[in-house]
Formats: sequence, structure tokens, C-alpha cells
Amino acid sequence: MCGIVGLFAKDKRLEPQLGALLSDMLITMSDRGPDSAGVAVYGHGHDGRAKITLQNGDPDADLDALVAALRHATGETIAATRRGTHAVLELGAGAVNAARRILIDRFAEWRVMSTGGAIEIYKEVGLPARVVEAFDVPGMTGTHGIGHTRMATESAVTTHGAHPFSTGADECLVHNGSLSNHNNIRRDLARKGLTFETENDSEVAAAYLTDRMNDGADLGQALECALRDLDGFFTFVVGTRDGFGVLRDPIACKPAVMAETDRFVAFGSEYRALVDLPGIEGARVWEPEPATVYFWRH
Amino acid sequence: MTAELLDLAQTPLRDINAALQAQARGGNRTRWEIANPRGSHALAVGLDAPIEVTIRGSTGYYCGGMNKQATVRIAGSAGPGVAENMMSGRVIVDGDASQYAGATGRGGLLVVNGNAASRCGISMKGIDIVVRGNIGHSSAFMAQKGNLVVLGDAGEGLGDSIYEARLFVRGTVSSLGADCTEKEMRPEHLALLDRLLKDAGMDDARPDQFRRYGSARTLYNFNIDNASAY
Amino acid sequence: MSQARPKVRTEPVQSATFSKAVNAEIRRAAETGIYDIRGGGSKRRVPHFDDLLFLGASISRYPLEGYREKCATNVTLGTRFAKTPIELAIPITIAGMSFGALSAQAKEALGRGATIAGTSTTTGDGGMTEEERGHSKTLVYQYLPSRYGMNPDDLRRADAIEVVVGQGAKPGGGGMLLGQKITDRVAEMRDLPKGIDQRSACRHPDWTGPDDLEIKILELREITGWEKPIYIKVGGARPYFDTALAVKAGADVVVLDGMQGGTAATQDVFIEHVGQPTLACIRPAVRALQELGMHRKVQLVVSGGIRTGADVAKALALGADAVSIGTAAMVALGDNDPRYEDEYRALGTTAGAYDDWHEGQDPAGISTQDAELAARLDPVLGGRRLANYLGVMTLEAQTIARACGKSHVHNLEPEDLCALTIEAAAMARVPLAGTDWIPGQTPI
Repeated sequence: MCGIVGLFAKDKRLEPQLGALLSDMLITMSDRGPDSAGVAVYGHGHDGRAKITLQNGDPDADLDALVAALRHATGETIAATRRGTHAVLELGAGAVNAARRILIDRFAEWRVMSTGGAIEIYKEVGLPARVVEAFDVPGMTGTHGIGHTRMATESAVTTHGAHPFSTGADECLVHNGSLSNHNNIRRDLARKGLTFETENDSEVAAAYLTDRMNDGADLGQALECALRDLDGFFTFVVGTRDGFGVLRDPIACKPAVMAETDRFVAFGSEYRALVDLPGIEGARVWEPEPATVYFWRH
Repeated sequence: MTAELLDLAQTPLRDINAALQAQARGGNRTRWEIANPRGSHALAVGLDAPIEVTIRGSTGYYCGGMNKQATVRIAGSAGPGVAENMMSGRVIVDGDASQYAGATGRGGLLVVNGNAASRCGISMKGIDIVVRGNIGHSSAFMAQKGNLVVLGDAGEGLGDSIYEARLFVRGTVSSLGADCTEKEMRPEHLALLDRLLKDAGMDDARPDQFRRYGSARTLYNFNIDNASAY
Repeated sequence: MSQARPKVRTEPVQSATFSKAVNAEIRRAAETGIYDIRGGGSKRRVPHFDDLLFLGASISRYPLEGYREKCATNVTLGTRFAKTPIELAIPITIAGMSFGALSAQAKEALGRGATIAGTSTTTGDGGMTEEERGHSKTLVYQYLPSRYGMNPDDLRRADAIEVVVGQGAKPGGGGMLLGQKITDRVAEMRDLPKGIDQRSACRHPDWTGPDDLEIKILELREITGWEKPIYIKVGGARPYFDTALAVKAGADVVVLDGMQGGTAATQDVFIEHVGQPTLACIRPAVRALQELGMHRKVQLVVSGGIRTGADVAKALALGADAVSIGTAAMVALGDNDPRYEDEYRALGTTAGAYDDWHEGQDPAGISTQDAELAARLDPVLGGRRLANYLGVMTLEAQTIARACGKSHVHNLEPEDLCALTIEAAAMARVPLAGTDWIPGQTPI
């Protein structure tokens, strides 16, 4: 139950403003979710390099020690940037899995928010204004981004219960609604070896899409499968390294507004979220149809 | 007389609604303008006086909700539930309307000059709704009374579980919902449609271009043979 | 020739699984092709307030002197946002019951009785009648998915607004009023054709979920100048989450209706198989309020199977601010009275078991729109009976509270209780009698 925003820049000149625009959109949706907020920002990655976004609730946690240990173990040069409770490590793409194993085994207090060539995820408990400020989201550049502010329904209000959820490289999902068969799907996916950090229904949706894409589907096909297998109410906005998708359930009673111009595609749970976008007056504004996959790619 | 200007960038919602609602207790300000709505919710709700309110921009949920007597014009697009449960008066949307436009309305006229999204006229109870563009899925669900006129096309499941509301569509209907059926257009329907189109300012549409839909009345009393329709 | 011996037979055994009642229902379903629709609440035995006992005072605690030392019962509902909260003399309100389901006389009697007793009554799925507004000092206006008869004038002349998300008899379900009860007046109030089966929706037409609900509450407050308390009524399904979300969405009061709560008409399978017993709902709801720092700030009204002052006291001890009665109020007016036994038999039932409220043939003249039957209920006398009953329940609750040393019924605590059964101990989270064991909380 929540507020969702998303912005996909078609015009490269919007990219430096992406974080600022996305932050304002998310803050406008604060009333829809007072519990936690988060964003996924897709920046320009560097060929052969990957990013791991980590979170640690302890402000005194020793990032340098972590980087030194990873450098030692992987032999990689690792660049680390700290933002609030999060940190982004940049390293060779081939070393991500090894680094992740080391993190899980030896640095469990650092929890992985996302991995991938472009994605960075920042999320915390609290209202959007505070969360985007803590991570300086307004200062971020990116090709596309997704934000979420949460009114928790059944699972805990924690950093990890916040959206976006990322369950695969460069993938993320945010959700407004409430699924009704996520426990069975979680069990099925767990049997296939997927792991879950939370009891959140939305994490199951994210993992479901990851699983379908691991089996060879593209995002559009995975979303089509979701219509068949996921029961309940949902509006999803999903991101991949170069793509941006929207899906509403067949009943489609959770709100959703989209706007498109030559320069961007934008999503908001309410029109309020879109009012400050440049050129919104001339945008095509519409509500996505039920059970219809919308998908844009760079 | 010039319009009284209320600016949401400067005046809180509560004060704006209170000023408009106060006209029910006798006021001489008949024309109002509201600036900077920026998608705000519950704007110009609960009015009960023959005043004219123009909103310069797009509104959020429930604009003009439970309106009586007033004419509310949205010079922009409207969010979910515009003119919900309207009793009388008029609400005019220059742009598009989001889902639930005119929901449960019991009287008055709602005009949407753009498109209306899903569930337009859901559970309507006497309101007249005229939409220049298209309407979305599940429109006129459980519609009880009143008239819904659509100059464009209607989405899936039009008029599902409809009672006695009348639906007029000029374009195509993606599909009819349970117990909704096409009905004969009789002279009284043409006359009604003519009046509604004129009232709504839809001068370029003729009643004979429309088809009428309404209740097949097979679900009015339970019959085992219709159980699958429930 | 040997003497014939009587054949030894086994005693015929009726199956517990396929009991007479079960088999009769299978035959009825096979015959008619429709599920059983009825009124009332759950009839099966579920853990209830009867399974709890108060400890009372002796040496470690001191009791108050009955009838002399004060034990207050007043309650204020809607202190969070509303400019004009509801002040009630007793912590027992009358639950929402529609005109349509009930006769106009019955609605008037409820208003009269509640007013004499110093409490509120509530409209229902069908709009506000003059009978109930005129005779109710404090009237709560229900805002339901169907929105029958909904209008802003009634909203403004109500004392509080109750947004009904669900009810205990059928959490997640809509309603059904059969054609016999859709008379001219009911049809006009609901904008429906006369004589048809009326199907009520299970979701509100113009919002879904707590994030939308917050905006709907804003609209209702803006229309009514932020004066009136906004209640949110939920069925006993997931009380912890639903209470927390009602608070987050901006409720002033949460009304929580357990599975024994009644309905005018719904499927028996819904009444008996969906929702949680009232006893099991209270502690999770109170925990949600406590975790949000809102216990006693957002008031909790509990309903579903409240019958006596002991039930009232137990609900309050578990953390409720007030209770609400529906079925019990109807019984007080004369529902299922044995003096109509011949007529109940003619309807194929018996006094105490009559639940075909939807059919409109109520011999007591309460759940009917038949003018002749409805005339059997004198609203003045009915109001008096209800007021008497509310008075007795209040005295009973005070008696218990005094025995526990409380000068206000709200000072009752879970620690004043013990449970007779393990089930009740687990659900109410109070120790099993004679032990300090709370199943699931403390070691055996």
C-alpha cells in the first residue's frame, strides 16, 4: 500500500536532473506511505565494472576494513562511496559473486541492497523527504529511476521491508497493492533456491520476475507470466539495466497515472507526482490499462 | 462581477473549502476561481449553493465530491472519484477524468470533455454523465439509476450487474458485463439523449448515432440457471 | 427344534461428520441449488468471554463499596482529530443495522433506547431515516460500499461517521437483501427497483486500500468541517494489521467486529467459516494501538456476541474502550420471543433459532418491512426495554469493576482476568485459572 513514482529519461539532457526530479515526485507522494521510502537509480555504468549497494545501520561501521578485506580476497581494485547508511562498491563485474559470498560469510552486518552494472538502491525507514536527503538523491544522475513510499500492510517496517526490492542483477520492483498468494509462490521459489530477506509480498513478486528472467524470459514476457501466476491487487513498476516497465492487475483499482513526452516517460500513483515535470502541460497523460504490459527501453 | 480568487499555494485546503461551503449559509460571492490545485485532493467538496467555481489546473481525488447546486469547472484533468456522490449541480472537466468519475452520484450533471478512465459511473444512482472521449473498463458497474452518455468507446465489462441506469455509447463497446444488454432506442430515449447532449454542450453529436445498453434483468431475482453470472 | 434367538443388532449410530443437520443441508442444496442465506451471527460454539473469569479483590486488592463508591462508565470517542468528539454515558453503543433490514419502528426504538441510556445508535446499509435521526440524540452515520441513500445533508447532521470496511459476520463479503424486503420506501431510499434482490458490493466503489482510504477520510472531514469523529469498522479478520492501517489512514475510532457479530443476510458458509472469534480479535488490535502509541487515543469499540455486563467488562479489561451490540439489542426489543412460538413453528423454526431475517416475515415485527408485522413493535415500549437492558448491562459491568477495585470501568486490565480453558487463555492472553501460564507467552 503505497505511493510509486518512476521516471525514464528519453532525452539525455534530463539525466543530470533525474535524481532531483525523482526526489520531488516521491516527496509529493508522502501521504500515501509514512513508513519507509526508497529509490532505485540507474546510472551509467562502466564497461566491465559492476556496483554493489550495501546497507549498514551502524554509522560507525568500518567501510575501509570491508573494502580492504574484499580487495585482498578478490584481487580487485574496489572504489567505495558512502552515502548515509549505504555504501556503493565498484569492482570488476566478474568479481561480484565472489564479493557477495564474502559479504554474506564475513560481513553479515553489511546487507546487499542491489548488484548490477547500473543500479543503485537506497532505502530507509522514514518519510521520503528525509530519506532522499540522507542519500543526496537529488544530486544523482541517471537514465531512469523508480521510487516508492510505503504504508506497510502485513510485513515489518524495516529498511529491508522498504521498496524497491532487487532480486537479480540490475533488476528492481516496487509495488502498490496487496498480493493474496505470495506465501505459496515464495515456497515454490525457495525450493528452486531463491532466497528471501523479508516476509514482504512485494519481494516475492520481484523474485518471481527474476526467476522467470533467469529461465530465459525477457521482462515483458516475465510480466505476462506474472498476470497468470500472481493473485491479488498490484500495480508494479519495474526496472532493468536499460528498461522500465509497468503492470497493473486485471482488476486495476490501485491508482496509476502515466505521462509521456519526447523527453521522458513518467509514472505516478497520483497526478500530483507529475505536476512539476518539465513540459508536463504538453504531455500525453493516461492511466495504464488493466492486465497490460507497458515497457520502454533505452 | 469579478471572481473571488483563492490560491492553494497560499491558502490551506480547509480554508478554501470552508469559504466555498459558507456560501450555503448565505453569501453574495457567486463566482470563484481556484489557482494552483496541483493535483490536490478533496477540493471544492460538499458545496451547497448555486455558485460557479473554476479550478485552474488539474485536481486530485474527489474534486466536487457530494456537490449540490454548484457548478464546478476543472480547467485541467480530474483525479479519481470526481463528482462522487453528486446530488445536483454540475461538474465539468475540461481534460480527462481518472477512475470512478461520478461514482454513486445521485443527481446533477458531470461532463468530461476528454476521456474517463475505469469505473466511470460505478454504482451511479441518478446522476447524468456525459463523456466526450472514451471510458475505461468496468464502467457503470452496478449502475442503479441515471444516464451515462459516451461519445467515444467503452472498455471491457460495460454495465456489469447493472440495474436501471441507461447507457448510451456512440463508439464501440469492448465487451458488456454480466446482465447488460443492448436495448432498443425508442423515441423517448432519443429525446432524452438529445437533451443530455445539448446540456453537456456536445453540439457535434446526434442521438441517432448512439446505441443504448441496459439491464437484461435476469439477475433481479435469484435463478439457479444464472448462478454462473454472479 | 431349537428356540429362535433374537438377532443381536448394533445400535444405530448417527455420523458425527454426516450429522442430521449436515445431511439435511446437503439435501436442501441438492433441491434448491442455492446456498443457505440467513441473518444473525455465528451459531457454533467458539471460545468466548464465558471462558474468562474476573479475579476480584480480597486482601491484596481492595474492592469498592457497591452502589456508594463511584465507578464511572463514561467514554469519549473520537478525541484524535474531531473537533466534536462523542461523549457517551455508558461504554455500550448500538451497532449499525439498516432501515430495510429492520423496520422503521425498530430503528426508532433503537434510537429511543440508546438516547435514554445515554449512548449512540448507528444507521446501516440503506441511509438515514427520520425515525432514527429524530429519536437518537447521538447518531453514527455509516458510510458503506453500496452508498444507498448516501447524501451530504445526512452526513452533516450525523454526530459521527463510520466508514464500514467490513463486518464480523462476513469479512470480505458484500450483502444481499432479498426482494421481499425491497418495499416502495426501501426501494426509493436505495434508488433500486421494488421487489428485486439487492446485491451489495464488498469493496467501496471509489477507493481500495489504506492509502486511498486516507484520502477518502480527508474528503469526509473536509465536507463536515473536521467536526465529526471518523470511525473505521472492520471485520475480525486480521485485527492487528487492520487496526494499525486504520490508524495510519487517519481513523479517530476503530470498530472491530468479531465473527459472532450479526448481519441482516448473508451466506451461512460465510457466517460460520470466515473471520475470527471476538475474543481472539481484541488483544492483537490493542497491541497494534499500543505499538503506535495510540491506545486510548484512537478508541477501540469491540462488537460480536456481547450479551451481558460481564462481556462488557471483559472486553474493556482486554483493552477495548467500548463495546457495541446488535443482536442483543434486537433480542431486547423482542426478537425470537417465545410468545410468538406458534408463528415461529409455522415458519418451520422455533423461538431462539429464527434467523431468516432476510425473508421479512419476522413474527416479532423487527426484521421486516411488512406493515402489519412491523406494527407489532411499539417503538416507545421497545425503546424502554432497550434502555432497561443497557442499564442492567452497565450495572453488571460496574459491579464487576468495583469488585476489582476500579473507580472507572476503563481501569480494568487483562491482569484482572483468568481463563477457564487453554483456548481462551491463548486467545485472550491471560493465564489459565490457577496457573501463571499463558499459552504461547510463558513457559508451562
